[in-house]
Amino acid sequence: MDIAPYLLLATLEGLVQASVLMLTALGLSLVFGVMRVVNVAHGEFFMVGALIAWACGVYIPGPPAVGFVIGLVVAPLFVGGLAWFADWAVLKRINYNPEGTIVSTIGMLYIIQQFALLTFGPDARAVDAPFYYTIRTPWFGYSSYKLFIIVIALALVAGLWFMLRRSKVGLLMRATQFDKETAQNFGIPVDKVYSAVFAIGAMLAAIGGVLVVPNQQAHYLMGTDPLLLSFVVVIVGGLGSIPGTIAAAVLIGLSDGLLSVFFSPTLAKIVSTLLVAIVLVFKPQGLFSGKGARA
Amino acid sequence: MSLHSTEISSVKAAKAAEAEKGKDRFMIIHNGRLFALSLATLSVLFVLQFALSDYLVLALTRILIMSIFAMGYNMLMGYTGLLSLGHAMFFGFGLYAAGLSSYYFGTSLPVSFVIAIAASLVFSFVIGLLALRTEGVSFMIVTLMFAQAAYLATLYFSKITGGDQGMTLPTDARSFSLLGANFDMTSDVVRFNLAFGIFAVVLIFFFFVTQGPLGRLFTAVRENEPRTQMLGFDTYRVRLAAFTLSGTVCGLAGALYALMFGYIGSAFAGFHYSIEALLFTLVGGPGTLLGPLLGTGIMTMLIDRLSGITTAYLIIIGIILIVVNMWFPKGILGTIRERWVPWLK
Repeated sequence: MDIAPYLLLATLEGLVQASVLMLTALGLSLVFGVMRVVNVAHGEFFMVGALIAWACGVYIPGPPAVGFVIGLVVAPLFVGGLAWFADWAVLKRINYNPEGTIVSTIGMLYIIQQFALLTFGPDARAVDAPFYYTIRTPWFGYSSYKLFIIVIALALVAGLWFMLRRSKVGLLMRATQFDKETAQNFGIPVDKVYSAVFAIGAMLAAIGGVLVVPNQQAHYLMGTDPLLLSFVVVIVGGLGSIPGTIAAAVLIGLSDGLLSVFFSPTLAKIVSTLLVAIVLVFKPQGLFSGKGARA
Repeated sequence: MSLHSTEISSVKAAKAAEAEKGKDRFMIIHNGRLFALSLATLSVLFVLQFALSDYLVLALTRILIMSIFAMGYNMLMGYTGLLSLGHAMFFGFGLYAAGLSSYYFGTSLPVSFVIAIAASLVFSFVIGLLALRTEGVSFMIVTLMFAQAAYLATLYFSKITGGDQGMTLPTDARSFSLLGANFDMTSDVVRFNLAFGIFAVVLIFFFFVTQGPLGRLFTAVRENEPRTQMLGFDTYRVRLAAFTLSGTVCGLAGALYALMFGYIGSAFAGFHYSIEALLFTLVGGPGTLLGPLLGTGIMTMLIDRLSGITTAYLIIIGIILIVVNMWFPKGILGTIRERWVPWLK
């Protein structure tokens, strides 16, 4: 009985999970960092992304890769629009009051989730991976699609990093995050920045949903776990800190993968939720960030 | 110097008089109109059992128990201003404490009930010690995470708790005798009157808490915590008192639910029940004595009707949460208090 193959498999699975988690959690972290609000409906944006990917895979003729690519474009656009609408219809009207936002986004969670139940029904639905190519290792074959997930996620994170650090839009976002009032005085359209950030955050979750669908089935309740894990990542990494979020995503993704392989997934979840609570109680600035939040 | 000492002695005299008054403070009913309204509400509830159909009496029994849950939640969220997203944890804790002791140790129902209340007291005190180190959004997330961990724990230990499937209490745990009288938990009439009796006790108890000095401290913390601190109160202890009281009463409601209906299951500890407590309180009016009862009544009947029409009835919960939060953050009774009836606290 050799433990090395198990360890390698668990590490690979953990890295795949970490990549999707990184995207989803970055969306949550970006929204919290710039707008100082917690979006409880974030997992539902993930779920809607996954359902759209399923719909594209089933209804668009041709090889699965075509549907997948179209889904990868359509899902974030649709979910971004949905988030933009939610921001305009609800969050702007309660002035982004932090506690009111949580209550409202819980409302959105129920609405989106139940609407998905009404339209897609209660069944879990599978999608074909866009390509099948199995990478052989001495012990087991590994789907190359899963490695592709890691690549896409890394590319997107690099893109997001570039946008925040090097582009005009990113500058406006960072200025708004740093000091909302002063930013407004300098003529930055804070309202529009907020709408954009909320939409971009949701789009990241939607892309996570699209990527995950060939691995696990699409289901109207699938948003709960990514939401919970994103919370874990964002809080352990330090609320609003993007480098911290990335580091925490890799740590949590890997350890969750390892724990789930060797112990029960439920136990892994208990440990991570308790970890969040304990971090918030005893070290609220997160494990990775020094002081305050950085972008 | 002499002037100074007379000042001190006059202060002492005033304090002594205050203490003298404090002795029978419990006897003085502040806000008599609200007390009268509470008694009137109780009598209407009692009479309703003779007017309603069997089905509605059963629904009302459930409403009364859920109202106790919402009232416990309201003590923290409405009066003290601490919004918890994890009170299903306390409801579930009371439910399991009562149910499991009946199931495994065969304790009689009143004993299980008392055990559950005592255990909830300790449990909510410990959770409060931790969670109250945070505030605002962090407090909401910490309570949510604790509750999620507790919910997952009921699933993980499903060999003991029955997990998602739940467990039905054995037949000998469905009745008890106390003081020579025999109570049968399968009878609708017995169940309603027991729920009513305990509801009445909790309501009157909460009347005295909220209209008395402790309740005013809770409100002071909600309105302006730094100022309350400056006035010399240890606000952490005030919040801890509110948290423990709230958690214990929610545990009591859970215990009552388990023993009355003879069923325990993980769902009662789930996120959805935390949101129900929040929803009932928000709709009825946070920080009002009778708001949770009103909110629970309206929402339970609404959900009951809707679930007959569609499986996706939770969508309405979502819409109501958003609408109430946006336009009526004070709820029904809170809005009435603001406009017309200032004593409706």
